[in-house]
Amino acid sequence: MKLLVCISKTPDTTAKISFSADNKEFNSAGVQYILNPYDEWYSLVRALELVEKQSGTVTVIHVGPAENETLIRKALAIGAHDAVRIDAQPSSALFVAKQIAEFAKGQGYDAIFCGKETIDYNGSEVGPMIAELLDLPFLSFANHLEYDGAKATVSRDIGDGTEVVEVEMPFVLSAAKDLAEQRIPNMMGIMKAKQKPLQVVAPVPFEDKVEIVAYELPPAKSSVKLVDPENMDELVRLLHEEAKAI
Amino acid sequence: MSVLVYVEHHNGAFKKAAYEAVTYGRKTADALGIPCVALVLGAADGAGELGAYGATRVLQVQDPAFSAFDSQVYASVIAQAAESVGAKVVILSHSADGKALLGRLAVRLDAGSVSGATAVPTTEGGFRVRKNVFSGKAIAEYELTTDKKVISVMGNSIPPEKLGAPINVEALSVTVPTPKIRMVAIKRIEGNIPLPEAEIVVSAGRGLKGPEHWNIVEDLGDVLGATLACSRPVADSDWRPHHEHVGQTGLVIRPNLYIAIGISGAIQHLAGVNNSKVIVVINKDPEAPFFKAADYGVVGDLFEVVPRLTEAVKKFKAS
Ligand SMILES: Cc1cc2nc3c(=O)[nH]c(=O)nc-3n(C[C@H](O)[C@H](O)[C@H](O)COP(=O)(O)OP(=O)(O)OC[C@H]3O[C@@H](n4cnc5c(N)ncnc54)[C@H](O)[C@@H]3O)c2cc1C
Repeated sequence: MKLLVCISKTPDTTAKISFSADNKEFNSAGVQYILNPYDEWYSLVRALELVEKQSGTVTVIHVGPAENETLIRKALAIGAHDAVRIDAQPSSALFVAKQIAEFAKGQGYDAIFCGKETIDYNGSEVGPMIAELLDLPFLSFANHLEYDGAKATVSRDIGDGTEVVEVEMPFVLSAAKDLAEQRIPNMMGIMKAKQKPLQVVAPVPFEDKVEIVAYELPPAKSSVKLVDPENMDELVRLLHEEAKAI
Repeated sequence: MSVLVYVEHHNGAFKKAAYEAVTYGRKTADALGIPCVALVLGAADGAGELGAYGATRVLQVQDPAFSAFDSQVYASVIAQAAESVGAKVVILSHSADGKALLGRLAVRLDAGSVSGATAVPTTEGGFRVRKNVFSGKAIAEYELTTDKKVISVMGNSIPPEKLGAPINVEALSVTVPTPKIRMVAIKRIEGNIPLPEAEIVVSAGRGLKGPEHWNIVEDLGDVLGATLACSRPVADSDWRPHHEHVGQTGLVIRPNLYIAIGISGAIQHLAGVNNSKVIVVINKDPEAPFFKAADYGVVGDLFEVVPRLTEAVKKFKAS
């Protein structure tokens, strides 16, 4: 089995978010970056489990500059066999999807895995875009995946429940929580990762269709109004009369 | 030219998100000075009602293939409908299905896309749409320069506006491709309003000490008609079902009222809930970070405060 896993870089979940003075750029000074949790914890690990059971290879692919190679090495340390880096600054979901689809085209991947979203732009767009560009079925928000050699059975989060579907390979999938259990890279993995192949590929030309023209921080909350724990009638009154929430 | 709204339904029933999407479509259409057309796939009786929310036409395609969701089939049909009505903008709900369709349609229609819009586009000096980014920690304004655009609308962002009366539904005929995905089973959570649509959410964390204490949370939820949520460690320890988990790695919600009980308010938790309109925090630790994000706070032991609040709500409802 030949699997391709898309990995993205995002600010750490505790990162303080700020912008340039003109509010046009994200301010990355002092921000720690991590692999997008959905990619690392669920998508990559489930792909690895599948090839461990069936034999095959897991290639990770990342669109980003050379400085991101430490994060790619982390994915290799977790167990991916080799890596591809498309040498470009990702500028939109479609840009990333286009680069990955161009690379994957004709390579015979049995499945392409993404995370359900990145935790910075929260788009959920890259997976379905790759699927459309390659004319493949797409299974979003997979929380369970089995493969019996002929077909995959996937359970999907559908917001107000779960849906179980079947599909033949090849397909594109996006990983939600519970698809797998996070793996922490061990010393051996980290050593091996240094030797694993990391191919750098030039991007295909592409013109963006969307642009972020301004960022804004949410309005600061005015300070909390404390209510006497003995007097819950007062809280109900405030929620009704002042906040109009009940 | 028109704005096309793809309207979801569950077994023929339209939910709030459907009317929100049509209202969003109608307002976008008004801004552009073109009509708003609604599209319904599969059998749904009340489709004409979408006209009351501002759709000037309601189109419906019937085909057995729609009984299971396959984004390839749906995207193909929506794209054909968009073609036939000359859609400049296609609107979807930011639901599980809508998210799977957005990227596909962007590619198919060669359109710029915005996922999870929280406001109606502004059209003066460029077509711009706002959405939350960095898991609710910031807002970004996107400009779309393409001829065609696709937007998914975040739940609870645009209140549905009923304007008129139902209209007739027109049948639309398109080519429906053969699905590649087969449905095996579907399990919907019965009873409560699903979290993304809920107006009132009562949420509890590790402060509850164990699943056996959830009755006090359920009691409060019941009197308020609220949907229940929980923090991540609560779901991870299987005290509560996973679909209740909110936060950066769970559901992102924006109810009218969010009541947090025994939750510390870690940044990853806040990411999922800080767009709630009103936040109430009940915690015994006055230093709990959640108080900084709260509108109303109660510093006290939840095991005493929550039953007291439940009684107070009961009294209020009875009066
Ligand atoms: C990458 C990453 C992603 C994450 N994603 C999420 C996410 O999506 N959602 C999420 O929730 N968390 C997430 N977390 C975890 C998050 O950092 C916190 O650990 C978690 O939210 C804490 O849950 P809690 O508030 O229920 O528990 P605790 O932090 O243990 O807080 C319990 C609170 O209850 C209060 N309390 C205890 N007893 C009482 C009492 N008798 N009366 C009143 N108050 C009481 C305490 O004062 C305390 O504030 C994530 C973490 C990481 C690293």
